[in-house]
Amino acid sequence: MKFGVIQFPGSNCDQDAYHALAGILHQPTRYIWHKDVALGDVDCVVVPGGFSYGDYLRTGAIARFAPAMKTVIAHAKAGGLVLGICNGFQILCEAHLLPGALIRNRGLKFICDQIHVRVETVDSPFTNAGKKGQVLRIPIAHGEGSYFAESQVIEQLQREDRILVRYCDKEGKVTDAANPNGSLDNIAGICNETRNVFGLMPHPERASEKLLGSDDGRVVFESILQSSRATHHETASVG
Amino acid sequence: MKAKIIVMPKRTVLDPQGKTVKHALESMGFTGIKDVRIGKFMDIELEGGNKAELQKKIDEACHKLLSNPVIEEYSFEIE
Repeated sequence: MKFGVIQFPGSNCDQDAYHALAGILHQPTRYIWHKDVALGDVDCVVVPGGFSYGDYLRTGAIARFAPAMKTVIAHAKAGGLVLGICNGFQILCEAHLLPGALIRNRGLKFICDQIHVRVETVDSPFTNAGKKGQVLRIPIAHGEGSYFAESQVIEQLQREDRILVRYCDKEGKVTDAANPNGSLDNIAGICNETRNVFGLMPHPERASEKLLGSDDGRVVFESILQSSRATHHETASVG
Repeated sequence: MKAKIIVMPKRTVLDPQGKTVKHALESMGFTGIKDVRIGKFMDIELEGGNKAELQKKIDEACHKLLSNPVIEEYSFEIE
């Protein structure tokens, strides 16, 4: 599985993502500069966290127009995998690859903390190595992470099983007290209609080895690898 | 010529900034406030040209970049 990590001016989790993919999961990984228009033979694009373009105007608003994003959009439309983490999630929403928007946390504060999320479905290339109801301890670090969408969009996400992770307490209960930022329906991460684009506010790449206190985030990357093996197997049996 | 653009959070979107400022105004003794909402004002200087065409361009800019229609609404004037 070949990974590409996009770098915008102001990205600051690009190296964390690179380390998780190349250093921990031993996958061929390379950086993709925001001005690059070609992704090369990348199977999965990671849009990392940070403050692309200084968060000017709105988070992700300027990054969405970067040359590399045109190719990322084409990659996603062709069925390629795209994972957006934190600022990456904000960018994917601005790029209309995911519905809704991330607005200012309800408490107005930037929150840097360890939180819990519950895996809501394993029916996606990003969660299939997990278990439904599994609680993951993963850090968040954001000021604009409150997920908002019109009620019909939220209903559609629920109906189509597209909410992949929700904020919960450590027992796995989805409560308002466990919602750090005021996200509607405790939404921490969603996928697109075709389930190949995933955006989430928590940082799985920062929870991918015990040394950092938790390796719960690995499940996201291991799912991607598992789905790629399944796809290859499918192709092989068809061939 | 100038385009003066106002971008506001939609009524359906929670505006925690507005709420906090409302509380601050009340705690300094400012009474009679129903609601506070905080948005953005943008001032764009234009080289000039056909006003109808500029209206169209600014509208497109507002829709595509300057506001996010999911959470915000905009209005503008060209003068």
